[in-house]
Amino acid sequence: MSGGFISRGFRGRRRRTEGDVRIPPGQYLVEGFPVLSAGPTPHTPLEEWDFTIEGEVDGPRTWSWEEFRAFPSEEITRDIHCVTKWSKLATTWEGVSVDSLLEVVDTAVEYVVAFCDGGYTTNLPLEDVTGGKAWVAHTYEGEPLAPEHGGPARLLVPHLYFWKSAKWVRGLRLVNEDEPGFWESLGYHNHGDPWREQRYWGD
Amino acid sequence: MATRGASSATGVTEMASVPRKLAWRIGEVVETSPDTARTKSLLLQIPGWEGHRAGQHVDVRLTAEDGYQAQRSYSIASAPEDSRVELLVERLDDGEVSPYLTDELRAGDGLELRGPIGGWFAWEAREGGPLLLVAGGSGIAPLMAMIRHRQAAGNDTPIRLLFSSRSYEEVIFREELERLAAEDETLQITHTLTRSAPPGWKGYDRRIDEEMLEEVAFSPRERPLAFVCGPTPLVEAVATTLVGLGHEPARVKTERFGPTGG
Amino acid sequence: MDENRLDGNAAAGVLAEIFNFEITTARVACVRCGAAGEIGSQMAYVSEIGTVVRCATCDNALIRVARQDDGPQRYWLDLKGIEYLQFE
Repeated sequence: MSGGFISRGFRGRRRRTEGDVRIPPGQYLVEGFPVLSAGPTPHTPLEEWDFTIEGEVDGPRTWSWEEFRAFPSEEITRDIHCVTKWSKLATTWEGVSVDSLLEVVDTAVEYVVAFCDGGYTTNLPLEDVTGGKAWVAHTYEGEPLAPEHGGPARLLVPHLYFWKSAKWVRGLRLVNEDEPGFWESLGYHNHGDPWREQRYWGD
Repeated sequence: MATRGASSATGVTEMASVPRKLAWRIGEVVETSPDTARTKSLLLQIPGWEGHRAGQHVDVRLTAEDGYQAQRSYSIASAPEDSRVELLVERLDDGEVSPYLTDELRAGDGLELRGPIGGWFAWEAREGGPLLLVAGGSGIAPLMAMIRHRQAAGNDTPIRLLFSSRSYEEVIFREELERLAAEDETLQITHTLTRSAPPGWKGYDRRIDEEMLEEVAFSPRERPLAFVCGPTPLVEAVATTLVGLGHEPARVKTERFGPTGG
Repeated sequence: MDENRLDGNAAAGVLAEIFNFEITTARVACVRCGAAGEIGSQMAYVSEIGTVVRCATCDNALIRVARQDDGPQRYWLDLKGIEYLQFE
């Protein structure tokens, strides 16, 4: 922290609303939609895009963009929370629930690893992406998801810190042993529950 | 489960606190000086400042009363020989930090910063040249430090500056550049205005392109050191073009400003 | 053209919190493609979640840094993408 220096008259764009029960501890509301990047923005053409479920499954599956979009899409309105402390309320998405995608495969694993164009990965317990808690989202605010925000499709897991909502997702690998992903292997908390402020290792 | 011990199997080490050279400190704003309609120079006195190399930058950090912080990088526009550190700030309308620096900050205020940072994009007169400087808008800031440094050091390394601005009124440091070039024939400045030009303007009036660079730049045979600074699209186009014209990639250094500006 | 892709020099601030010497002029070789060059000439992705310096030739992550500011000040540094680091 700054060791006490306050910039006279600086307010910043974000605001903390004390006592607002929708905002997890330590978070601020933000107006825009910040873009945080760990690498170049991929631009996979839809003709080349596919989504794969693989790993410890009976019958791994791969769907083309058309096949993926043939799954029923849901409208999702959720608050999202970034580990860097910004929160956005009532963001609107459309996407295919991970439950629908997993319905067609047989598995008994405990964990998944989401893998993405550009090499990003994130890991989650299976129970955090099932039961209506996660989607593969293709639309944001009524428009096709922009590349800078993870388009054509990103994982959407709003109940966890937003680094788990992996941009440019290309599939889920079902695994018996947990595998820390890109940020989880570099200090960020393995689970990432914003309501318990699980930001870093040991939190 | 992710392990958190040192030197885990993943090859990542959790480090104990290490002695750091780069510390945050508070500089005093001694003067603010508007330049163009959208830019302002901040002149700072920084206790303990040990000097910088032309081209380096500082990180500026603003802290609100509730503890919220925002941080941005700004190139140092002053020469190392100057007694005050000058930052050139362009006000971005939707910016979070720049409007505070241009509209609110005033002489007597403190400004938290750290630096100097970034020895790779830097030039000292004794390195020689010739020097090819290409700037887009507020990208002139670190290059101005180089020009001022060369002047203060009494050095005559040939410089060619190609400076892209939206209009004549928006040319940052215009008068000082005119004066320096008028006094020194080894400093050649070429402007290009991309949105509007004054009546009778005989200079370039378009975005920098290969033809313009071929006409203005030193030839690759002269092996100039090139520094390109400004918005990312300009920087990438210019750097690619220079290399395509035969300039050695290792002698073309770039500073992309990115989405949050300089 | 990727607006979030900056020059390696943009990582200088966070790297200067860790390294006591001028790191942007240090030479690195990519463990994946072998290309070598100064850190300043590689690509940097800098944000509040962390900084990643990537090989300008093949985009391999050369350096990854994450930092915790609140409470304990901790750094996590991953250099697995670097074959060697050469500095003066």
